Amino acid sequence: MDEVKEKKVEKLADVTVRFAGDSGDGMQLTGTQFSDTTAWVGNDLSTLPDYPAEIRAPAGTLYGVSGFQLHFSSLDVNTPGDVPDVLVAMNPAALKKNLPELNPNGTIIVNTDSFDPKNLKLARYESNPLEDNTLDGYHVYKVPISSLTSNALEGSPLSVKEVARCKNFFALGMMYWLYNRPLEKTQEWVKKKFVKNKDIVDANLKALQAGFNFGEITEIFTTRYIVEPAQLPKGKYRNISGNEALSLGFLSASVKSKLPLFLGSYPITPASEILQYLSSYKNFGVKTVQAEDEIAGVSSAIGAAFAGNLALTTTSGPGMALKTEAIGLAVMTELPIVIVDVQRGGPSTGLPTKTEQADLLQAVYGRNGEAPVAVLAACTPTDCFYQAIEASRIALKYMTPVILLTDGYIANGSEPWKIPDIDELPDISVSFRTEIEGFYPYLRNENLARPWAIPGTPGLEHRIGGLEKADITGNVSYDPDNHNKMINIRNNKIKNIANDIPDLKVDGDETGDLLVLGWGGTYGTLKDAVKRARAAGYKVSQAHLRYINPLPKNTGDVLKKYDKILIPEINLGQLAKLIKSEFLIEVEQFNLVRGLPLKSKDILGKITELLGGNNGN
Amino acid sequence: MATNEEVKEKKLTAKDFASDQDVRWCPGCGDYSILAQVQRTFPEIINKDVEKIVWISGIGCSSRFPYYMNTYGFHGIHGRAPAIATGVKVANPDLDVWVATGDGDLLSIGGNHFIHACRKNIDLKILLFNNRIYGLTKGQYSPTSEKGKITKTTPFGSIDYPFNPVSLAIGADATFVARTIDRSPKHLQEMIRRAGEHKGLAFIEIFQNCNIFNDGAFSLLTEKDTKDDSVLVLEHGKPMIFGKDSDKGIKLDGVKPITVDLASGSYSKDDLLVHDEFSDEPILAMILAHMTDHPSLPTPVGVFRQIKRETYDGGIRDQINLVTEKRGKGDLAKMLYGANTWEVN
Repeated sequence: MDEVKEKKVEKLADVTVRFAGDSGDGMQLTGTQFSDTTAWVGNDLSTLPDYPAEIRAPAGTLYGVSGFQLHFSSLDVNTPGDVPDVLVAMNPAALKKNLPELNPNGTIIVNTDSFDPKNLKLARYESNPLEDNTLDGYHVYKVPISSLTSNALEGSPLSVKEVARCKNFFALGMMYWLYNRPLEKTQEWVKKKFVKNKDIVDANLKALQAGFNFGEITEIFTTRYIVEPAQLPKGKYRNISGNEALSLGFLSASVKSKLPLFLGSYPITPASEILQYLSSYKNFGVKTVQAEDEIAGVSSAIGAAFAGNLALTTTSGPGMALKTEAIGLAVMTELPIVIVDVQRGGPSTGLPTKTEQADLLQAVYGRNGEAPVAVLAACTPTDCFYQAIEASRIALKYMTPVILLTDGYIANGSEPWKIPDIDELPDISVSFRTEIEGFYPYLRNENLARPWAIPGTPGLEHRIGGLEKADITGNVSYDPDNHNKMINIRNNKIKNIANDIPDLKVDGDETGDLLVLGWGGTYGTLKDAVKRARAAGYKVSQAHLRYINPLPKNTGDVLKKYDKILIPEINLGQLAKLIKSEFLIEVEQFNLVRGLPLKSKDILGKITELLGGNNGN
Repeated sequence: MATNEEVKEKKLTAKDFASDQDVRWCPGCGDYSILAQVQRTFPEIINKDVEKIVWISGIGCSSRFPYYMNTYGFHGIHGRAPAIATGVKVANPDLDVWVATGDGDLLSIGGNHFIHACRKNIDLKILLFNNRIYGLTKGQYSPTSEKGKITKTTPFGSIDYPFNPVSLAIGADATFVARTIDRSPKHLQEMIRRAGEHKGLAFIEIFQNCNIFNDGAFSLLTEKDTKDDSVLVLEHGKPMIFGKDSDKGIKLDGVKPITVDLASGSYSKDDLLVHDEFSDEPILAMILAHMTDHPSLPTPVGVFRQIKRETYDGGIRDQINLVTEKRGKGDLAKMLYGANTWEVN
């Protein structure tokens, strides 16, 4: 046996890796496992799963390529990385599709076994890129991953096909070796996940270990990398995606409001996971109804709110459109429901698995009549947890529907989360009306909220519905003046919420040449870009809206303090439109609607363009 | 308004179910009879307190019903009453949830919710006020209007075939399916009582006369000189006999029902089909459902089918109890910590 050469160890501060392969190659799983282990060893990280809408597109094709990008660091991480440093390409299509985005000096690890004439043709390669000059300038590691996997699994009772499927674990093991990560968390996961099939457990564990060992003994890899733990604030952490954080947020809201949680929902990408998570929380008394359609999802939530539950419906753009009429009913009946819209690429069916921010105006205005609702937006995966509680708080306190916007990027992306102490979460408990004397369904308290008198309460029998209500009594009323009055009451109720939400915070100087104003899932990108611009001497600050309707009270004052306002959005300028109409100011826009998160280098470019050489250099 | 003390001591009568709102249906509308029979029946069948009753409706003339009942009520949006009612029932299974709806509301815009409510066996009582016309929008044909009907939107006659609501409900596996007529108050009361006692989805199709836009739609079944020969009153365990002089019966020829003359001497009661409400198989109920509006057969009223099956809301409750028993009551702190955590010091 040859002597194993001592490998060089190099310390890195910051790495962006992209795993890419066929949609059946298990790239999402590989990426998730690498992320979980990376979080567990203490790096800060951000992820970007990017996969096609087709579950198993024809193998080897360009449109079947599924990717998972992960940015991890010993420093603060705000984005999944603009440009990958390392590409793991399981086939020619994955290479072809992802190469243009790779860092020009980047590293490529390819599965050479898949570079056969058939796959090259499917990827539309005229000649083999491993043999011509396509990859000049990159560090290319050619690894026969498929055959190494099947060699490692010789004697396994699994079929040839099943053995081939283990190659992602080989690749994962190899990456664990390369970046010096332990196998332990993935080993535990495999044992638990495939508990019913010992042969699959054995094969996956063997493939994982073989990949790791390969790193150790092969002469291909001469260097091993270390990325030290990040300096995160003290506390207990876990890695969490936006959809899971959101589900736990609503669960916490249920505990903190002392109300049973009800979810009426219909599966839709990228929101289905929330229904899946909440369906598994049965021992918290969570009731989930997988309804026959989107309309039934929201309608059942309205019924559950009427009956006194903390009621919720979850969806994405097309489902939002279908729920429109029912949300108006919740406005008229003044019942507390939360509607979650995990935005995806539109219009119509659009880009189901991609991210976008183009439902903002739909959320704020998309109903018949004057139908104001509170609109909140989460800005990171972990913020989904807190905004779920906040949306519930506002709905219950003001007896109103609340729309919470997230998006495909923060819903599927993950990051380390400092787990909160549950005693520090706000108490959002409410009381139902039980006193008969003086009861009317449309009486109002100081918040303009009407009493919540739930069926089952003796003596408070009353009727509500979608017809206009007489002030106080709640009887059906067609009186012109009453209608005008009620329209204004409903509007003021939502406006008043501005007194009960935090001010808009500025990150950076309180005055300056430019304020970058964003909302939703672009937070990390904008933070990164502004940080870089400030480092380059530009007088630029950042503010990010988590409340869209109403806007924080100080929004206008904040905007006044900068010469220019830049609003970058993954739409054609929906927040820009709101801000312009609300404050009658000019704003600069950056709009790029590619179904992908914005890149901080593009924002930095826009900042530079707006401020010219005005950075004191 | 009563005080808390007064409410506790209340003993229920029909009047207690009448709200203070003026009823605003057209004079002569069949809906008045349905409201009256419900208010008359409820004190007898409601073994719970009045505050546990909830009426949910959609949109249409029939859907104004909740406003006239002195119970909790919710006038929803078009077609969605079964979905709203599902939320109410699942949120609080102790409530008795009733749905008032019409043929446009339940079978056109709300058709999807209806069949799924049947399929899931949600413990709801659905009263379909079927007048075979759109009343509130002033006279367009409905999904139960007979083919060829001339209305404002079908000036040359409708070209689509109607739904048979009883057949649809049986096909969707509703666990209680009945039919009655607004002009038969005693029978209507009996059907409401039976529906109220049923555990699971109960569906009653009520033939209801719209005297403005579809007057006389059911006159064959309600007028003195024709009704006995046109209506078959179903009774469990009894042979199917009808006719003014109880001289006609229903017999099966293969799977085809036929009318036979008992007076001729060729047939006796023993030859007739005997009704079985509780059959596990939906075949008999389906055969009876398709006797509706048949040129040579009477239209059946009564309970077509009643079966026992676990309810959806009961299933949710049982599953919560079972999982809670197995895993212990949920601990939020543990849940937030999840499986893989690490400490930063």
